[in-house]
Amino acid sequence: MAQTLELWIAALLTFMIFSFLYKDNPFYKFAEHLFVGVSAAYWMVIGIWSTLMPNLVARLWPSSVSGFINMPEDAQPEYHFIIPAIFGILMLTRLVERISWLSRWAMAFVIGFAAGTNFTRYLQSDFVGQIYNSMYPIIVKADGGFALGATISSIVLIVGVICALIYFFFSKEHTGAFGAASRLGIWFLMVTFGAAFGYTVMARISLLTGRIQFLGSWLASIF
Amino acid sequence: MAEGKRDIVEVLKAIDRRIIFLLIALAVILPLAFHLVFSVHSSPIVEAIFDKVESLPPGSKVLISFDYGPSTVPENQPMAEAVARHVLHKDLKLYMMAVWATGPPQTEVLIRNVIQTDFQDKVYGVDWINLGYKAGNQGLINAILLDLKGMYTTDINGTGIGEFEMMRDVDNLTDMSLIICIGSGFPGVREWVQFAGDPGDIPVAGGVTAVEAPLLYPYYPRQLLGLMGGLQGAAEYEAALVSKYPQFEASSEQAIQLMGPQTVAHLVIIAFVVVGNIAFFAERRRERRRKA
Repeated sequence: MAQTLELWIAALLTFMIFSFLYKDNPFYKFAEHLFVGVSAAYWMVIGIWSTLMPNLVARLWPSSVSGFINMPEDAQPEYHFIIPAIFGILMLTRLVERISWLSRWAMAFVIGFAAGTNFTRYLQSDFVGQIYNSMYPIIVKADGGFALGATISSIVLIVGVICALIYFFFSKEHTGAFGAASRLGIWFLMVTFGAAFGYTVMARISLLTGRIQFLGSWLASIF
Repeated sequence: MAEGKRDIVEVLKAIDRRIIFLLIALAVILPLAFHLVFSVHSSPIVEAIFDKVESLPPGSKVLISFDYGPSTVPENQPMAEAVARHVLHKDLKLYMMAVWATGPPQTEVLIRNVIQTDFQDKVYGVDWINLGYKAGNQGLINAILLDLKGMYTTDINGTGIGEFEMMRDVDNLTDMSLIICIGSGFPGVREWVQFAGDPGDIPVAGGVTAVEAPLLYPYYPRQLLGLMGGLQGAAEYEAALVSKYPQFEASSEQAIQLMGPQTVAHLVIIAFVVVGNIAFFAERRRERRRKA
């Protein structure tokens, strides 16, 4: 019974959202607001039970939440977690204008940690790693012979990277050979955007197919 | 004649968007209703993942991270299920976790559709384990790269992690032979490459929504072992799996079947692009003639 009710609610909400394709209407507005409200509540509950409780309360006062969350039975209080607790409380001082400056300490810690952690990883994977990924032999040999397909692929990659970089180089006027390379860079960028658009179309059609498949199973449950 | 041409151009310019919606809906509904299926062949970028799983010796550890939610299930779930099916069939150890809070419900669906259906002989804690979700985004990946048991003290059900046979020789992510992130945004495949694959020198493969796929191609093949992009990527993995193991034909062709509506819808969209361009050029030609 509960499953049938769930199926019907989901189907009706799907129709309410799809009704926007005809024109804006109160049913669509209702479903939209319901989605926003439920999402906000969902993420608040998730935040409390998957972050605040296990990462703070369970560390400071394990016995208080032992029946509610997954944790080792012999967990002992870890009092150094009082430091993040204080930082967390400082974050809430933004709500009181007179002492809101205290929240900057917590923000400084968060930004400093995130910048420090991400910096090296981005530098390694997205800077050095991407330069390395662009370095391919122009003439590719395979099985002792000349690999035409791989060679063309390498040339396209190298020319594409150089021309796209030239397009974003604004310290020199885009004229002559430099301008031609820049225009070729635009072509490479356009092809990239076209591929991305094609992929986006595929993604949206996939989601539509999933929804229609669901409506099919709903219809099958009726008849 | 000229009047007739003008009329067609006017009609094309004024096509109601609802007619386009209706045609797209029909392009999806009809192939689904008539079970229209096209053959799918796997590409090198997907085959690389299949071949890697195929080459791992029995007992090797494979981690699948479920970093997506219900909104992208039609794209992500088929790829997760095909990979999990392949991993378990090859007698590899399957570790499941999530960096997204919405991941664990999708893991449950996979357990129901794959493990409880096709691999009932596989034992929890010996052949597969569900570690569940932990908050922290890329910080979590960074932490478990060094100390997995420090972050995951229990499995998703609250059982102490030390009680599971398959967790005894796992200290951190470098003990994994392969990490496969099935993702649809942040944190996802990119973060697994940045915070696990590159620093830990661990093979990382990905399965992502089609929207995200073009952003990840630059990491292939040196930083990303392989990539399943959208429904097509999932269908290609299923095709490789079914081709090698025909016994999975009935259970592992979700994405292949959904590629029928996908193909027809693409044809309709291409037709509209062509028609739109014809209308545009005809309009431009008419304007030039009028000015002349």
